[in-house]
Amino acid sequence: MKIRKQLNNDGKVAAFFLLPSLIGFALFYLIPFVMGTIYSFKDGAVGGSFVGLFNYKELLASASFLKAATNTFWFTAINVPLVIGISLILALCLHQTVMFKNAIISSFILPIVVPVASIVMLWQILFDWNGTINLWMVKMGFSQIDWMKSDWSIVVVSLVYLWKNIGYNMIIFLAGLQNIPKDYYEIAEMEGAGRFFKFRQITLVYLTPTMFFVLLMSIINSFKVFRETYLIAGDYPYDRIYMIQHYMNNMFASLNVQKLTAAASLMVLCILILVFIFFAIERRYRKFMS
Amino acid sequence: MKRNTLIRKGILTFSLLLMAAIMVFPVVFTLSNSFMTENEISRHYPSESESQQDNAHKNSFIHLKLIPDQFSFEQYKAFFVKKQSFIDKEQSNMKFYGNSALMVIPIILGQLIVASLAAYVYGKLKFKGRDTLFLVYMVTMLMPFQVTLVPNYLIVDKLGLLNSFGAIIFPGVFGAFGVFILRQFVMTIPYSYIEAAKIDGAGHFTIFMKIILPLIRPGLAALVVLLFADYWNMVEQPLIFLDDPSKFPLSLYLSQIIQDTRGIGFAASILYMAPMLLIFGFAKKYLIKGIQLSGAKD
Repeated sequence: MKIRKQLNNDGKVAAFFLLPSLIGFALFYLIPFVMGTIYSFKDGAVGGSFVGLFNYKELLASASFLKAATNTFWFTAINVPLVIGISLILALCLHQTVMFKNAIISSFILPIVVPVASIVMLWQILFDWNGTINLWMVKMGFSQIDWMKSDWSIVVVSLVYLWKNIGYNMIIFLAGLQNIPKDYYEIAEMEGAGRFFKFRQITLVYLTPTMFFVLLMSIINSFKVFRETYLIAGDYPYDRIYMIQHYMNNMFASLNVQKLTAAASLMVLCILILVFIFFAIERRYRKFMS
Repeated sequence: MKRNTLIRKGILTFSLLLMAAIMVFPVVFTLSNSFMTENEISRHYPSESESQQDNAHKNSFIHLKLIPDQFSFEQYKAFFVKKQSFIDKEQSNMKFYGNSALMVIPIILGQLIVASLAAYVYGKLKFKGRDTLFLVYMVTMLMPFQVTLVPNYLIVDKLGLLNSFGAIIFPGVFGAFGVFILRQFVMTIPYSYIEAAKIDGAGHFTIFMKIILPLIRPGLAALVVLLFADYWNMVEQPLIFLDDPSKFPLSLYLSQIIQDTRGIGFAASILYMAPMLLIFGFAKKYLIKGIQLSGAKD
């Protein structure tokens, strides 16, 4: 009885405290989200009629959409394991006593706050056809590479992504490592476990929940490289780095609402599937741990 | 044995320092080049079209240069003095600084208030459907901006906010990110604190003001840093919602400066990142704490 009363009381206060957030959230996120999904089944945003999956069929037949989707897929598939691997290794290195530890950690998280727009000039100097990297290439006896206008452009964008994201993941891994009780390692050592065994059976196992989070965030952030690509290469960059967000932006500019909303809904679907897979695996993993 | 570990430690430290140097290099390079004279810049780093012409007769490479021939504040002076012409009127570079600030500061202040209230509810109060609602917040937080482009545009238009700072500020204020981060901090507060306050006769508002807010202060600081880093760097939103280039934030406008007046590009870049670097210097601790808690399991 008392608990029920308490709940009721909480409910009223909750509604009151939550109201500002709920109104704004609904107006600028939730409603647009639902509207977008509805539009994707219509032949016009305002007052169109339902056309079923027509927009999706059109979308999947569009060469530029397929190109953008493939590019985004490969970008994510290559860079997410890379960023996780590098930041995990760094976290492991920094988990022990190292000289200049604080300075090193600061250097790695600095890129989080450095706006990409402010390093565009360096990027141009390095990766121009006559840029410094090509100068080094020639000096070492290789031929020049047109970095921004060839398949190599994806490498250049990947570098920015790695530069920007390594620090964030590293910090989360470091926190995860600190949460593993020290005695687990001591017990393993007493039992005569080797370094590799300890890493696989203790570190990796206890780091798995952290890993899920880092994986999810890295994938989400890899969908956001548009900002970087846009600042470095503009609206219509070289084919290889034409991402799904470029496609959506350009569909918006050309007022092609149908294709845009269909593409957006497909992307949402993909993200939702990813999130649910992660939650399912994590739940199973938690059961297994306890 | 001991010697081996010493060598191993040495190599490890060295490679870590090397990587750290690469991470900070863009900032160091931009800073040192910002003290070159405009003349040296145009001599040293010809713009793309010029270098293409050179390409015709002989490869003249752009050398990365770290130390200026002559140390000067010329670029900085020029940044403050130079005007950019827009269709009918001249604008000073400082205006774009102001634009950025006028968008970012209200977003941060607004989100601090709205999100801390919501975070208290999601973190400490119980009501039906709470977790489902929170999940909806989280899912939308993960979506890229472009996903809701069209309906967002229509709503902003309906509200009469198009081509005004409001079009950027309001969606920013209600972003779910702040709710997520602050909830993580609220969850670390023991229920017993709240129970004790209730026994003393405190209402929810008092509890929020006197217990929750003071205890999540590090969270508020972390949120300020993370929001600042995100919105100071925004590109997508102003690109869509602002038609008038004189309303652009510095983030978008900077690429124009770099194209049109390359000579002051480095100083402009440094001035652009300066507020971020300052905040980083003062609040690094909170930034790290915020990131850590964003990854913590509840």
